[in-house]
Amino acid sequence: MEKDKAARRGMGRFSLVICLLFALLIIALALNLAVGSVRLSPNEILDLLKNGRNASTESLIVFNIRMPRMCLAAILGGALAVSGFLLQSFFRNPIAGPFVLGISSGAKMIVGITMIFLAGSISLSPAVLVIAAFIGSLLITAVVLLFSQKVRNMELLLVVGIMVGYICSAVTDMAVTFASEQDIVNLKYWSMGTFSGKGWDSVVTAALICTPALIASWLLSKPMGAYALGEGYAKSMGVAVKPFRLALILLSSLLSACVTALAGPISFVGIAVPHITRTLLKSSKPALVIPAAFLAGAVFCLFCDLIARTVFSPTELNIGTVTSIFGAPVVILMMVDRRRRAGQ
Amino acid sequence: MTAFFETNGLAVGYNGKTLIRDIDIALNKGGILTLIGPNGSGKSTILKTVARQLAAIRGSVTVEGSELFRMSAKEVAKKQAVVLTERIRPELYTVRDLVGLGRYPYTNIVGRLTDDDRRIVDECLALVHIKDLAERDFMTLSDGQKQRVILARALAQQPELLVLDEPTAYLDIKHKTELLSLLRFLARERGMTVIMSLHEIDLAAKASDLLLCVKGETVAAFGTPDEVLRSLPVEELYELEKGSYDPDFGSVELEKTEGKPRVFVIAGAGHGIPAMRSLQRERVPFAAGILFENDVDARVAKKLASSCVIAPAFEPISEELFEKAKTLMFACEKVIDAGTPVGTFNEANGRLLALAREKGLLKNE
Repeated sequence: MEKDKAARRGMGRFSLVICLLFALLIIALALNLAVGSVRLSPNEILDLLKNGRNASTESLIVFNIRMPRMCLAAILGGALAVSGFLLQSFFRNPIAGPFVLGISSGAKMIVGITMIFLAGSISLSPAVLVIAAFIGSLLITAVVLLFSQKVRNMELLLVVGIMVGYICSAVTDMAVTFASEQDIVNLKYWSMGTFSGKGWDSVVTAALICTPALIASWLLSKPMGAYALGEGYAKSMGVAVKPFRLALILLSSLLSACVTALAGPISFVGIAVPHITRTLLKSSKPALVIPAAFLAGAVFCLFCDLIARTVFSPTELNIGTVTSIFGAPVVILMMVDRRRRAGQ
Repeated sequence: MTAFFETNGLAVGYNGKTLIRDIDIALNKGGILTLIGPNGSGKSTILKTVARQLAAIRGSVTVEGSELFRMSAKEVAKKQAVVLTERIRPELYTVRDLVGLGRYPYTNIVGRLTDDDRRIVDECLALVHIKDLAERDFMTLSDGQKQRVILARALAQQPELLVLDEPTAYLDIKHKTELLSLLRFLARERGMTVIMSLHEIDLAAKASDLLLCVKGETVAAFGTPDEVLRSLPVEELYELEKGSYDPDFGSVELEKTEGKPRVFVIAGAGHGIPAMRSLQRERVPFAAGILFENDVDARVAKKLASSCVIAPAFEPISEELFEKAKTLMFACEKVIDAGTPVGTFNEANGRLLALAREKGLLKNE
């Protein structure tokens, strides 16, 4: 039957993309384990994986450094991509993202302030940082939403977002002026954005926050699809628009806050990866895009992290530097392409 | 007996401020009700309230006897579907996927379409004749095609009541007539009840069972198109000052040029329309005659000529009218012969022509 063929073609494409992304994920994971200042052969790694931890330096490198780092890059990369996709669904515009709307900078500001002024009184566990980042994200999201009611034009809203981002950075810089030497080192290190130096506790925190948030996001696929037609149509189909919008914003903020708290602000992944995913899938169906974007985000960040720590080894680049180099051109191309198509 | 769709003492508006009150509508199943009225008169506000997008300020809206505002969102979604004026721009949606969204109130938590759902989507695509567009990207379609897809999506909700806000906006005449024919088909053959708003009063009168005129704070008229357009002339409803509207044919004429006639048009049997339109465009005041009252030329002359000589139908033209026309003609600078044949009843026009020729007034020879 014709329609079955069509339906199968859609699903076939999805399966194909998922398989491709899984293959890339495995390659990326293997490279991340093997490549570095200490190069390990596949056999050595397989040996270590088979026999478990031992006291050797290699074991320490694989289990305590590379593995948690790679897990974190994968989880947070995926979370960032999904966070971006949620924001894009919210604004019904593919150029929305946590970084360009200043939401990541808001998270950074509150985390920075927390690091400087509360470092003495509370322990800065990953969970505390996530809470601080979540508060910062929500704060800036609220500001952006306030503006979005006045400015209907998305490009203008982006400018507002970027400006708000600068204000947040300025506040962060101001806070740094009053910080102690040790805090500054910590803050600088963190605020540049990196997956390095994170232990398993960060991975566990990330997994505990992102897993339920990602599942919840996927469960919002159905109303997200309806909402793509606009509020009026969504309402007419039975979507409770207000709670739905709130859920989108909370989930998106939580995911991007988790990333910012654990790895610092990472730019452009939230826009570039969902765009690439939609293009690969040739579909915007949220039920398909969310899992694919998660995988693509993981792959993207794993490769970016690999580049960050190997290209100028032993000096490491910020992860944000690498994601910008690869992500920003995608975003530019996308905007140009949209303009061109809108002009037709 | 209660009608399928009813409003009683309904008042609508925004933020608690009433725009239109005392709206009482009764519409039977399979009927089409069209809201007409000037821009900004509140047609959309009424439709939004009926579609439950906007809370009613007072009064009730009932569908099959149950109060609309007491139903759950899902119940409403299964009963009624909408076509809105806001233009949608979903990226990377195929027509089939977009129409599939209409199954929303029937699908499970992740929105998975069952075989039944897919069959219904196919039926809806076939109903609006866009089966061959099923795999196309929605954004690549023309406005006419898009509107069909949006209608198909609404139909996929399997509604009993269809609410459409200016569904013919952006459409050309072909797509307008096709859309309205389709709505008539759905109403008569499928028992679909339709409430919509239209800007084209002529089409509204032809496509609807009932018309509702919105003007000012209340409903200005409600009834069959015939009743409504006779009780409330379109010129009055739209405060038309620079033109006129013929309710029987739905044709619009631009403003007539008043003043002492400079040209006399000898017309009849529709031959005079091009000459009269051309004089109107040049803003030349003119007279027309001698026309029988049942002649199309007479209808147009009444709307465009600054004065005209009209004779009763089915009678030879009286000498009195001939004299009147002669005086009027001799007061003009020139005379145009529209080319109407001269027969037994209008032989008076033949005499006028001869006189004009004699005096050298006849210009188009």
